Amino acid sequence: MTASLEVSGLAYSYPDGHQALFGVDLTVDPGERVALLGPNGAGKTTFVLHLNGILGGGLGSVTVGGLRLDSRDKKVLREIRRRVGIVFQDPDDQLFMSTVREDVAFGPANLGLTGAELDERVEEALGAVDALDLVDRAPHHLSLGQRRRVAIATVLSMRPELLVLDEPTSNLDPAGRRDLIRLLESLPITMLVVTHDIPFALELCPRAAILSGGRIVADRPTGELLQDEELLHRHRLELPFGLDPATAGRARPDRLL
Amino acid sequence: MGGLHTPVLDAARTATRTPAARASAVGGPRAAELSAAGTSGRTTLVHRLPAEAKLLAHLAFVLVVVATPGIWYWAFAAYAALLGATAVATRLRPGFLLRRMGVELPFLGFALLMPFISAGERTTVLGLSVSVHGLVAAWTLLAKATLGVLASVLLAATTEVRDLLAALRVLHAPDRMVQIAAFMVRYLGVVQGEAHRMRVARDSRAFEARHLGHVRVVAQSAGALFVRTYERGERVHLAMLARGGGDGPLPLTTAPSTAAAPAGVAAVLPLAALAVLLAGLLLGRMS
Repeated sequence: MTASLEVSGLAYSYPDGHQALFGVDLTVDPGERVALLGPNGAGKTTFVLHLNGILGGGLGSVTVGGLRLDSRDKKVLREIRRRVGIVFQDPDDQLFMSTVREDVAFGPANLGLTGAELDERVEEALGAVDALDLVDRAPHHLSLGQRRRVAIATVLSMRPELLVLDEPTSNLDPAGRRDLIRLLESLPITMLVVTHDIPFALELCPRAAILSGGRIVADRPTGELLQDEELLHRHRLELPFGLDPATAGRARPDRLL
Repeated sequence: MGGLHTPVLDAARTATRTPAARASAVGGPRAAELSAAGTSGRTTLVHRLPAEAKLLAHLAFVLVVVATPGIWYWAFAAYAALLGATAVATRLRPGFLLRRMGVELPFLGFALLMPFISAGERTTVLGLSVSVHGLVAAWTLLAKATLGVLASVLLAATTEVRDLLAALRVLHAPDRMVQIAAFMVRYLGVVQGEAHRMRVARDSRAFEARHLGHVRVVAQSAGALFVRTYERGERVHLAMLARGGGDGPLPLTTAPSTAAAPAGVAAVLPLAALAVLLAGLLLGRMS
């Protein structure tokens, strides 16, 4: 079986000399949902921007569905950007066309789709996030929860191999957060979720990895990882008050496997 | 990936989320450039002059240059020499000054066109028929603009932005204007960061500007950025109102950042230029 994502030995330092990644290894198999936890400044954003070749030029390799990323080869780069759908933290960064329809069509149109095929993609993607009724609205008139859903549709329309979500729950109200979990659980797609929201990770992702100081320092089943208090503490992570991953796991036994 | 999930002022959140070093490395906000790039680690007499003295000297110098008739070629040579001496005194690298003077290029393009499109008496230069009047006008534009731009670059490179704003205030410049300038300085980095993140999000969806049709996409991004900047302006205003401000002048407190040199020194450049202009007038009267 070809891994959806295979990152090995990824190292990167910014042109100003600040090194953000020190050899990151991470493999995500098809259908998996993996949470990537880590404190501020751990290199999470830098890592995400490597997955579709926005950043590159350091050591190591990124392979998506068997295709090795090579940012000098434009064809490969475009295919990687189709395969890896990144949903950024601020949906306003992602939605900039004047209607939801145009925005969802933006990615597939860049890939050369037109006409009925393009319309079909837009409908499929908006249907998947239950936002078909928003199709002719202007993005800046939507609520944050709606914008978040549409932002996910804008990458689903490219039929990605891997969905990467950067802090998907930030600023959402509890109901919006609940809707988002339900939505993401319903999507039959491989996911890498970068987050600080530990209950969210526990509920959505059977597996979690910690990125700290530019390295993967732990990679285990989420429930088990969250019970290692010492590990969390060492990497500036903390369970929310009152959350016991052991009992939370018992409520959803599949999470403790 | 900010850990701040409180709905605080968006601007503050963006600022904390984007350490300048990291962002500049990705091509984002280049906040460092705003802090008078030329001043880093160097202080000459010109750097130490009070900002308001430099501002007035700059204004006076430019007025003298503009008041000089275009055909007094020797006067422009004298101005250039004076400005050149000032530039040497700032010890800024010539390459840095030249790069900064690049803002003048669009005007130069216009100046180059003038000899060809002007009407009137014509002459031949290098086998091309050009208008004499246009030629003189082009020269005048070129000389005056270049001197003005170089003077501005010197002022900007030797003065901290916040000192310039304080100087405008000391000189009783219209308050609204100073406020707008102050906000521009404050939010330039934030807007650059926003534009950068939008570009990354766009490129992540396989966008490459391949043909002219893609101008529309870029224009849409610019439009979205405009709307967001406008909305941020409204939020900032609300935040000001919430703290009891927003309709009067901003209570700015600025301490001069560098030890001040005697303000009178700044008068040397415009006075010397004025002397050149007066000399020209006298000579013209006598002949």
